[in-house]
Amino acid sequence: MLRRTFIGLLLLLVTGTSLGADKTLRVGITPASLNDQLALLEMWRDYLQHRLKRPVEFVQRERYRETMDLLQQHKLDFAWVCDYPYIAMGNEVKLLAVPVNQGKPIYRSYLIVPAKDTHTRSIADLKGAVFAYADPLSNTGYLAPRFDIKQAGYDPQTFFRRTFFTWSHRKAIEAVASGLAQGAAVDSYVWQTLAKVSPNLTARTRVVKQSEAFGFPPFVANRSVSQADFDAMRAALLDMSKNPAGQALLAKLNLDGFIAGSPDLYKSVAHMAAVIGQP
Amino acid sequence: MFFNLSLRYKLPLWGGLLIVITALTLSLSFMGQAYDDLKQDVLRSSEDLGLTMSRALFPLMLHDDVWRAFEMVSLPFQDGIRANTMHAESLIVLDPNKRIYVSSHPERYPLLSDLAAIGREFAYVDKELVTLQAGETQVLEPPDSSRLFIAVPIISDGMTLGTLLVVHDTSAFWFRFLRLAGRAFWITLIVLGVLLPINWYWGQGMTKPLSLLARHMVTIHHQLPEALEPGIYKYGDELGQLYKAFAEMVAQLKEKALLEKQMIQSERMAAVGRLTAGIAHEINNPLGGMFNAISTLKRHVSLDSVAQMTISHLDRGLQQIRETVAALLVEAKLKNRSLTAQDFDDVRLLVTPSAYKKRIELAWSISIDEPVSLPSTLVRQILINLLLNAIQAASDGGHVSLQASMNGNSLLLRVENDGKTLTSEQIGTLFEPFSRFSEQGNGLGLWITYQIVQQLKGEITAGADAGFTHFLVLLPLSDLKDENV
Repeated sequence: MLRRTFIGLLLLLVTGTSLGADKTLRVGITPASLNDQLALLEMWRDYLQHRLKRPVEFVQRERYRETMDLLQQHKLDFAWVCDYPYIAMGNEVKLLAVPVNQGKPIYRSYLIVPAKDTHTRSIADLKGAVFAYADPLSNTGYLAPRFDIKQAGYDPQTFFRRTFFTWSHRKAIEAVASGLAQGAAVDSYVWQTLAKVSPNLTARTRVVKQSEAFGFPPFVANRSVSQADFDAMRAALLDMSKNPAGQALLAKLNLDGFIAGSPDLYKSVAHMAAVIGQP
Repeated sequence: MFFNLSLRYKLPLWGGLLIVITALTLSLSFMGQAYDDLKQDVLRSSEDLGLTMSRALFPLMLHDDVWRAFEMVSLPFQDGIRANTMHAESLIVLDPNKRIYVSSHPERYPLLSDLAAIGREFAYVDKELVTLQAGETQVLEPPDSSRLFIAVPIISDGMTLGTLLVVHDTSAFWFRFLRLAGRAFWITLIVLGVLLPINWYWGQGMTKPLSLLARHMVTIHHQLPEALEPGIYKYGDELGQLYKAFAEMVAQLKEKALLEKQMIQSERMAAVGRLTAGIAHEINNPLGGMFNAISTLKRHVSLDSVAQMTISHLDRGLQQIRETVAALLVEAKLKNRSLTAQDFDDVRLLVTPSAYKKRIELAWSISIDEPVSLPSTLVRQILINLLLNAIQAASDGGHVSLQASMNGNSLLLRVENDGKTLTSEQIGTLFEPFSRFSEQGNGLGLWITYQIVQQLKGEITAGADAGFTHFLVLLPLSDLKDENV
């Protein structure tokens, strides 16, 4: 029974790709969003399939590098990535849409410490601490704090006594909440969304500092995606705020909607990347 | 003090003490075993977990993935996960320099801290921890500590990346142990609650008859002990044998005392007999002379009336003395014939007037068919004496009975009356001459009867029961060829 279903699905996949117009759209999902809410992602995918009238597949990867690789190998058509990978990939991708959170297409990097730590005022106070990074290609979880350290006059390589990657913002928050790390830099959108769905977790952390605003982690399209697919997908995203089903999904995603956006939103990130150097 | 207690208390107390000691010893050894088992269980499951986890930790440490390693070691401690059956307090991963690489509780055991710096127990572990080979584990129990450490190497292909410490708070399994011990305590209490009353009841049942026996035995010096009621102890064990032996002893003692009493009595009677016979002879000899003198005086001397009166006075007085003496001597020198049923009829004829006078009913029961070879005159005298005594002793309108029967080779006579019964003291001196109990007569009737019975080698006994006084005479049959008995 299971095998028959599997073969059926496989056939569907093969015919889908061979038919061209009904080709499956593959969307990469990274920890830039709440990638652990699998049920929500499934509902969103179903919504997109319904709007686009064609199969959509969400491809989850835990690390930005993997998603970037898949984009570069043309195994993904679209992806929801972080600012830094978007900058890093340059012309290989096009900006598809920018999510709007709390009325603006922006987010920040939160410097967090355990709630017990009441004395830390800035990242300079964490010299010699154990620090958790989210991903080496994360903007808010890696690039921004290292930029701050450099701005404060320290060498990011030796500033902390020990650093480690948790590969997700949520886990970076958990690392700080459990006391494993004495500090971490996380995505403000993830922290705020978690503050709604798991207030117990965020309550065990304290936000020391908020960075300047960056463009919200964007949806990008592979350079190879046809204009028709590009337009269809952009329209599907931008229309979400205009119908009840889309609005319900947006509420769950803790987003207001999507805008087309402009690459200028990410200038500050590009500047930081230039200062710190390529990962 | 305790050792002088009655067995009634001592035996159950000893038994109780033994039961308590046994119960406590068993419980304690059980609990000791349980504690060991519990500890072994905990150690074994911790070792298993440690070995499994150390294998999974190796690649994570090799790639320096602190976060994954943290997720791994904190997994058993997450809420709702039942894997932590070993009740470990925490898991600590040490790097080769014995610094904390990661721990399940980073707030308590922060990353990068030196093991020795955490506390006394950890300093001990830091000092004692040896280099372990693959599959080896080391159990460390710091002195004066409630913590126990199990060290497992994180090793693969001979490459050691660090050590996994499973930290136990022994108070956790102390708690489990106390729960177990509590259960054992209640079971012991219940067992004691059942056994102690049984022991007490058994001890009492065992020693009650024993102490009763002891009380009886103690009095044996002063008086004959009472025979124990039958059925106090009905089993055939040593106690039962003791009871039986005691009953036999009491019976024998009673028999012996009775025999002694009879012997003393018959010796006394014999002494009295010898004495009276001696006195009678001494009186008889001068008496004969005196009668001769009076006879000579009457025949050859003419006496005036005063002298004649005096002589006749003397003569009557001496006559009375001779009769009395003759009665004392009981000399039977009469010609004898065998006793027949006719003799009993004669005796009845003789005593009926006396009985009639007191309106006494005479019950006569004679089972003699053939002549009995006993001197009839003497038996008649015995019967008359006893019957007249009985009639005299019986109350007005009372009953007197005679039974005569053959008892083997003897004649058994039983005379019974329903008058005032005799005391045992009276029975003791009943057959002595001039006994004070005779209200009429010379007090020689029973003495004479006794003497006759003695002469016939028989036995006479008196007794009283149920308002009746009885005399029993047993006369062995004699050979009547010897004419004079």
